[in-house]
Amino acid sequence: MSEDQQIIDKVTSEEYKYGFTSDIETETAPPGLNEDIIRFISEKKNEPQFLLEYRLKAYRHWLTLTEPEWPNVNYKKVDFDKIIYYAAPKQKPTLNSLDELDPELKATFDKLGISLDEQKRLAGVAVDAVIDSVSVKTTFRESLKELGIIFCSFSEAVHEHPELIKKYLGSVVPYTDNFYAALNAAVFSDGSFCYIPKGVRCPMELSTYFRINTAGTGQFERTLIVADEGSQVSYLEGCTAPMRDENQLHAAVVEIISMKDANVKYSTVQNWYPGDKNGKGGVYNFVTKRGVCEGSNSKISWTQVETGSAVTWKYPSVILKGDHSIGEFYSVAVTKNHQQADTGTKMVHIGRNTKSTIVSKGISAGFSQNSYRGLVRIGSKATNARNFSQCDSLLLGDQCGAHTFPYLEVNNQSAKVEHEATTSKIGEDQIFYCNQRGLSTEDAVSMIVNGYCKEVFNQLPMEFAVEAQKLLAITLEGSVG
Amino acid sequence: MITIKNLSASIEGKKILNGLNLEVKAGEIHAIMGPNGSGKSTLASVLAGREDYEVESGEVLFNGKDLLEMSPEERAREGLFLAFQYPVEIPGVSNANFLKSAVNEIRKHHQMPELDSKDFLKLMKEKMQLVELDKSLTTRAVNEGFSGGEKKRNEIFQMAMLNPILAILDETDSGLDIDALRIVANGVNKLKAENKAFIVITHYQRLLDYIVPDVVHVLNKGRIVKTGTKELALELEEKGYDWLKTESTSV
Repeated sequence: MSEDQQIIDKVTSEEYKYGFTSDIETETAPPGLNEDIIRFISEKKNEPQFLLEYRLKAYRHWLTLTEPEWPNVNYKKVDFDKIIYYAAPKQKPTLNSLDELDPELKATFDKLGISLDEQKRLAGVAVDAVIDSVSVKTTFRESLKELGIIFCSFSEAVHEHPELIKKYLGSVVPYTDNFYAALNAAVFSDGSFCYIPKGVRCPMELSTYFRINTAGTGQFERTLIVADEGSQVSYLEGCTAPMRDENQLHAAVVEIISMKDANVKYSTVQNWYPGDKNGKGGVYNFVTKRGVCEGSNSKISWTQVETGSAVTWKYPSVILKGDHSIGEFYSVAVTKNHQQADTGTKMVHIGRNTKSTIVSKGISAGFSQNSYRGLVRIGSKATNARNFSQCDSLLLGDQCGAHTFPYLEVNNQSAKVEHEATTSKIGEDQIFYCNQRGLSTEDAVSMIVNGYCKEVFNQLPMEFAVEAQKLLAITLEGSVG
Repeated sequence: MITIKNLSASIEGKKILNGLNLEVKAGEIHAIMGPNGSGKSTLASVLAGREDYEVESGEVLFNGKDLLEMSPEERAREGLFLAFQYPVEIPGVSNANFLKSAVNEIRKHHQMPELDSKDFLKLMKEKMQLVELDKSLTTRAVNEGFSGGEKKRNEIFQMAMLNPILAILDETDSGLDIDALRIVANGVNKLKAENKAFIVITHYQRLLDYIVPDVVHVLNKGRIVKTGTKELALELEEKGYDWLKTESTSV
């Protein structure tokens, strides 16, 4: 058996295996949202005045907004008065060593396969672990510091590098951007901050692992990545949540700034609890992710593998400001049972000779709905801009839906924009062909689907690619009869 | 090796096989010829276990076991191989990876240890030479963008890798030029062995110049209407199938 097959075999008998809850002592804010709650959060985090003011401005703006109705998803609207906006494991605010970490907390991450112990950790990956509203541990901080790289929780960055936060927070995704971005700006609790100085290639993968634990909480994290001139970084993000009957809200914001000649690669394997097979429970994943290629020859590449969440609303985007800058979006979105995903990207070409590539692979099974929504905008000054988009949909079964909504706005005659789209059903012929060579139908489906996603998986760092394949196998188990 | 008794099968209510009888012993090569629509490919599909076909009656013993009770993958693991008339493309899955999974599934079934990458590559190299397969075809996705001839050669290559005891070649000669035909036939001839059998389905006599059958059957309206030696194939080439049609209806 090949390596893939072993992985698949190992996991095909499992359902959502991250659905456990941990008994960690937590401190929570009362449910509901008002200015006092925001002050409470800000005070808890001992924040400088400018940040509190930022939050309050965002909150007041949010009150004027209504939830977007345009995505191709149907769900029970969130009652924003019932959500707990702040939940944190009770522990010392800063940890000097792993020994000071709540053993239950450490056990939680061990169970998730995320070791917070640097000695035991696979070399080459630094982790920031975020549980509910706060970051509990960032590994390899010291060794990264020697290179001038800042990698820490957002809260720590606020205290240690307020000038950077002040300069970049909201510079790519302003709080006025959309409903969820405004909400996030008002109540965000923690997340990761990363700064790569000029000319530095980050020697290891940086990663953030998000976990929702406390019932009834929303997770509103904020990630900010600044890659200074000529620097390089590869960033990974993973997420899981316990199985709960009620829906949980996750409304994150990720901002990336890529300066002249800098290169940022951001990979996500999203595995929030998708709800049970009847569509009960699951995480609402309403996320705004955007990067700006600020300088010439800069690059931002998004790769995402989306298998979890009850409802997904997410469009990692790139604003191509610098001349010759490059934006990429590679996505695999899998939906089954009653999951709904409306995901895609925006590529906004502003600079000259800018280039973007979009490869989106949707896989729908069960009663799920899977939509690709993408915008390619070529500005009037974006001479010789190029875009290539490829959107493929694969249907497993006949009760599911695949939709493609491409938007093109071209304001410069010299632009070259290509869009290809295909929809296919997994072929009985393909399955029979595999069967005839001795492969079971389940292995055949895994193999065919993995082959279909290969272009995207190839973009993922090794460790993540394996995880993505595993996830795909679990997700699709039993999807083809 | 395989004994087919009174086999009848239909697709979408249309009866295609109509009380077919056939016995193929180990070490033999049987050719099955017949006009379009006589049921040649249906026979291959039914034996391989394609679900679209419904077996209405009859029994098939394969190596002493009830073939019709087995799933398609079990049949494959038991040593039945079908070289497809229209090989299927599997984008993104490399030929090598595909075959490694298949070889090891079959080995597992026979309680043999799985091949590691090194041994697998060695085996692949050896079998590639057999069908003069270009090395690049093993790293490319299964059949994707292969020419017609490459696809057929890839089928024979897969056959060599999986080492079946019974191989059914479903019009493997169709769409092949004479060089490719010779390569495919050479591959089959080299795999011929005392413990193996072949059923070669073909429309034309041409292939049988290269793969010499022990027995030739003529299929018409879902049953075997004539059985003979290699000479029967030559006779068919000369006279066509019409004389058999009249003969069989008068029986």
